[in-house]
Amino acid sequence: MNIIVYIIKRILYAIPVFFGVSFLIFIMFNIVAGDPTIMLLGKYATAKQMADLRHYLGLDKAWYLQYFDILKSAFTFNFGHSWATKQLISEMIKSGAKVSLTLSLPSFIISSIISLIISMISAFYRGKWIDKFLVLICVIMMSISALSYILFGQWILAYKFGLFPIEGYEYGFPFFIPYIILPCIIWIILSTGSDIRFYRTIILDELYQDYVRTARAKGLSETMIFCKHILKNAMIPIITNLIIQIPFLILGFLLIENFFGIPGLGSIILDAINNSDFPVIKAITILTASVYIVFNAITDILYVILDPRINLK
Amino acid sequence: MRNLELKIFHNNKILVLATLILSIFFVVAILSYSGIIASNWYQQVGGSYDSPNIKNIFGTDIFGRSVLAKLIKGTETAISIGFVVSSIAIIIGLSLGLISGYFGGIIDEFIVWLYTTIASIPNIILLIAFTFILEKGIMSVYIALAMTRWVEICRLIRAEVIKQKSKDYIQASIAIGASHFRRIFYHILPNVIHIAIIQFSLVFQVSIKSEVILSYLGLGEQNQPSWGLMINDAKVEIIRGVWWQLVFATIAMFLIVLSFNIVSDALRDFLDPKLRNK
Repeated sequence: MNIIVYIIKRILYAIPVFFGVSFLIFIMFNIVAGDPTIMLLGKYATAKQMADLRHYLGLDKAWYLQYFDILKSAFTFNFGHSWATKQLISEMIKSGAKVSLTLSLPSFIISSIISLIISMISAFYRGKWIDKFLVLICVIMMSISALSYILFGQWILAYKFGLFPIEGYEYGFPFFIPYIILPCIIWIILSTGSDIRFYRTIILDELYQDYVRTARAKGLSETMIFCKHILKNAMIPIITNLIIQIPFLILGFLLIENFFGIPGLGSIILDAINNSDFPVIKAITILTASVYIVFNAITDILYVILDPRINLK
Repeated sequence: MRNLELKIFHNNKILVLATLILSIFFVVAILSYSGIIASNWYQQVGGSYDSPNIKNIFGTDIFGRSVLAKLIKGTETAISIGFVVSSIAIIIGLSLGLISGYFGGIIDEFIVWLYTTIASIPNIILLIAFTFILEKGIMSVYIALAMTRWVEICRLIRAEVIKQKSKDYIQASIAIGASHFRRIFYHILPNVIHIAIIQFSLVFQVSIKSEVILSYLGLGEQNQPSWGLMINDAKVEIIRGVWWQLVFATIAMFLIVLSFNIVSDALRDFLDPKLRNK
């Protein structure tokens, strides 16, 4: 019963957050960003042209109606047209997200598996040389700029040794694979460092709980305690952490996509920045934020269902 | 305090080395800021793209400017971004976290709502939106990074304040009639400040890393060299075999971020009471 009340409360809590996010977007793009008509029409636009365009873009409406448009777009996916390419934004996002996912999904899965395995090894041998060595490698990997990885990877592996195509992309299943291998490798290198450290900390947090001491007192072997008791409990925060990353996968990785010429959502964002294409950035922001809010609620609810230790007062 | 310094460095050569590296970077940044070194970084000192040689040990860029001088000027940019951003983020995060955790109720709900809202928008998009809307340049980088970085600090501080609030020593201070002000600043603050110190060094290095990405997007520093701009230049240089800007800027950034990582780990192990006896 308690859990059901919690779930309903948690879902209701997403509503004010959603209003907050849409209001923040409204302030950023409709108020602070200023009037886009001069930018769109150039300096020599007549007053009539500007008024027409303003009307066409819905900028002459009262502020609460403009805000309402943003709210509505999160549900109808009707974001209007891009200022730069004149395409329908929802179509652009759909095709971009598909491309981004072909890169981000395999990277995410592989890097999560690698991080999990290495963090377990590191936590199991905590304090020993192998743990210290792994942690050091992680810190070193985390300290190099993403841009440097991309540049060196592209230059040495793709250009000098010709192991991968330097850039480009082809649509459709097996064809894109050669183009995503190097970007995937770079993505994995970029994310494993911090993930391993994070998971290792979570596992180590469990090590000092009372139930571990009890298990030891019962005379269970260290391996048994680690695999059966600690991992089982540590998996809950790890899994929720993995789920919460999923919404951001559709965004792809801006820098990697740009460097390797992959036409995903990251590249679309970058083009939108260069062209001052507000509606596109706005649409992507609304979309990812909404998905994030939903996933955030799901992980919170999962957490409570999975972990019987959490008591709901 | 002296005791603390001695203990933290005890038997930890890597930490000593990291601290030394950080001090060197800070000294370089201060000297560069006061115009003592690298003040004429924009001057031509050699041909275009001279590879590292005796005269210019780190080589020159496309305009024949010394890469070493640009690297030093970039150190100043990086340190100032790290310092300003983490200071603003700590001030906002710490004060909102204290208020929210201590007073609870409607204020707490508002602050929690505020940071959940900001956390719901992908960081990179928020950064882009802030710098995009504000005028391009170093000021908007400061604001954009600080606005995205205070959230985590506030969340951690709030959780710790709530934990501390119910402890006996606070009950005791209420019993002897301590004011809210006294309870917050004399009793709770010293017990949560370690989080702020650890976060300061974390935010510092994250900001330096983010600057590179913002520079790449053309949203960062415009008038002065930065490591981000140098790495960004390498995009077109690397194909021509001009590796020195990229390599030296990467090494500089690597050293400072690695040192900060080591120092913040040591700070965490040392200051976080939960980890102290393990």
